[in-house]
Amino acid sequence: MMQDLHGLNELYQEVIIDHQKNPHNFKKIESATRVGEGYNPLCGDKVKLYMTMSDGVIKDIGFQGAGCALSTASASLMTDAVKGKTRADIEKVFEKFHKLITGGHEAEPDCVGLGKLTVFAGISEFPVRVKCVSLAWHTLRAALEEKKEPVSTE
Amino acid sequence: MVRKICKYETGANMKVANIVKLADKNAFDVQGVRNDFSILNKEIYGKPLIYLDNSATTQKPNAVIEAMQKYYLEENSNVHRGIHFLSQQATANYENARAKAQQFINARDVSEIVFVRGTTEAINLVSFSFGRQNIKNGDEIIISEMEHHSNIVPWQILCKEIGAILRVAPINDDGELILDEFKKLLNHNTKLVAITHISNALGTINPVKEIIELAHKQGVHVLIDGAQAVPHMKIDVQELDCDFYAFSGHKIYGPTGIGVLYAKAKWLEAMPPYQSGGDMISSVTFAKTTYNKIPYKFEAGTPNIAGAIGLGVAIDYVNELGLQNISVYENTLLKYAIGILSEMPQIKFIGTAKEKAAVISFVYEDVHPHDVGTILDREGIAIRTGHHCAQPVMERFGVPATCRASLALYNTKEEIDALAKALAKVREVFK
Repeated sequence: MMQDLHGLNELYQEVIIDHQKNPHNFKKIESATRVGEGYNPLCGDKVKLYMTMSDGVIKDIGFQGAGCALSTASASLMTDAVKGKTRADIEKVFEKFHKLITGGHEAEPDCVGLGKLTVFAGISEFPVRVKCVSLAWHTLRAALEEKKEPVSTE
Repeated sequence: MVRKICKYETGANMKVANIVKLADKNAFDVQGVRNDFSILNKEIYGKPLIYLDNSATTQKPNAVIEAMQKYYLEENSNVHRGIHFLSQQATANYENARAKAQQFINARDVSEIVFVRGTTEAINLVSFSFGRQNIKNGDEIIISEMEHHSNIVPWQILCKEIGAILRVAPINDDGELILDEFKKLLNHNTKLVAITHISNALGTINPVKEIIELAHKQGVHVLIDGAQAVPHMKIDVQELDCDFYAFSGHKIYGPTGIGVLYAKAKWLEAMPPYQSGGDMISSVTFAKTTYNKIPYKFEAGTPNIAGAIGLGVAIDYVNELGLQNISVYENTLLKYAIGILSEMPQIKFIGTAKEKAAVISFVYEDVHPHDVGTILDREGIAIRTGHHCAQPVMERFGVPATCRASLALYNTKEEIDALAKALAKVREVFK
């Protein structure tokens, strides 16, 4: 059992490591109706999102890119979380998730509806890495808003 | 001409306290040196600070900090303008720091030392002033593939503005400049070569003397980015015969916000000013303004007086220890570090030049440098992870970023051991 390295085992939980090694929905969708690009030049994290939407719901989602363990795992878990959801649902989840990772809460964080995304709760102790986790989500928002320019969380 | 030290100097000549004299010529008393740097006693997350990010910035000996504090507590005044005691004392201290910088790199004259904010500003100054005056449409500038952004972007901007061409001398897989390819790029259109002395991303030491000789044979000027070099090796600008040499105070145990552009006097005489305003003028009327003599022509406005004084004391500190001694010690440490890290199969070095300074860039198997950096951070170890303001280098080696441990005169074998131990922990996290 790895001894606690000042919260590192909170940050790099098994779930996160698994998703980094074998990310879900790691694919390009040729027929994508929405595409989003995110890039953090200072750290080199890159993510490109592909989505097909139908009746206002994300029918299929995939991502490509390269980056640190947190950015990859975050993209992977995000794609699982938003599949089959409407834009309104996604915004609600994004807001809750953002509060969770930025530590913007007085009492216990509201994790209802976040499911597996709660694994990132520990990231608020590592403020410099928050941008890695949030990159995929800001890219998602940009794709939904059909923004042409790549986004960054730096 | 060595400027005589005048009677007003106090803070700038402040005795460098707490230096433990070398017990014998062969021993470098690193523990004694560490006592001069209070910050090294700090704990990070309950662990002793292990500072291996010296290429980014170095820590400052107490003497530098105390001299700057003393200046503000007892000597503060503006330079070059007053006739009262404090002003004359401040002027003398500021100019004495300039003399120290001149002697440190063996410039011919103090007029060849321009105080700037740092290497980046020095290069911008040359690009703006010398570049615009002497480089024309169709001319060529040569840089290398391993340059820091500060020695790429100013030239890109200049070339775009005047229609000149930027040529890039390639490097091999060891991160060494391919001299034959560089020679091919030199032609009758080349006006300037701008090259780094030591690469901040790879640690490669470039054969700058040879490059300068080759360039001068073709009548081409040479600017050397010496930011990483001055803390690690003796620089003699007359022996190198470079036209411009730039370095930053904060990389050689001095404060931030101060640096030096060395340039041959004849170029400075001919070059138009960079920034303008007070101090760089001789006389001002609305009809006509004339400029001050060099180097003041290039020092507009109130300078970073405390910074210059701090740089002077940092130079004193380095001279007291002896650059030769520092260099030998750092090389021993570098060899030790390479030896230890080579035993770890997960580590791949980026930058394996035959001539290399104590800058170790590496990647750790399939773990992103940022994740390595975070794990090391929690062990109190400060390394840099990212592209190190050298994105072209990262692209050349096909990596998004590297981890970089860069050594200085206060690092120890024990710290290298701790680095290796912490790197082994990375594997525990990323099974």
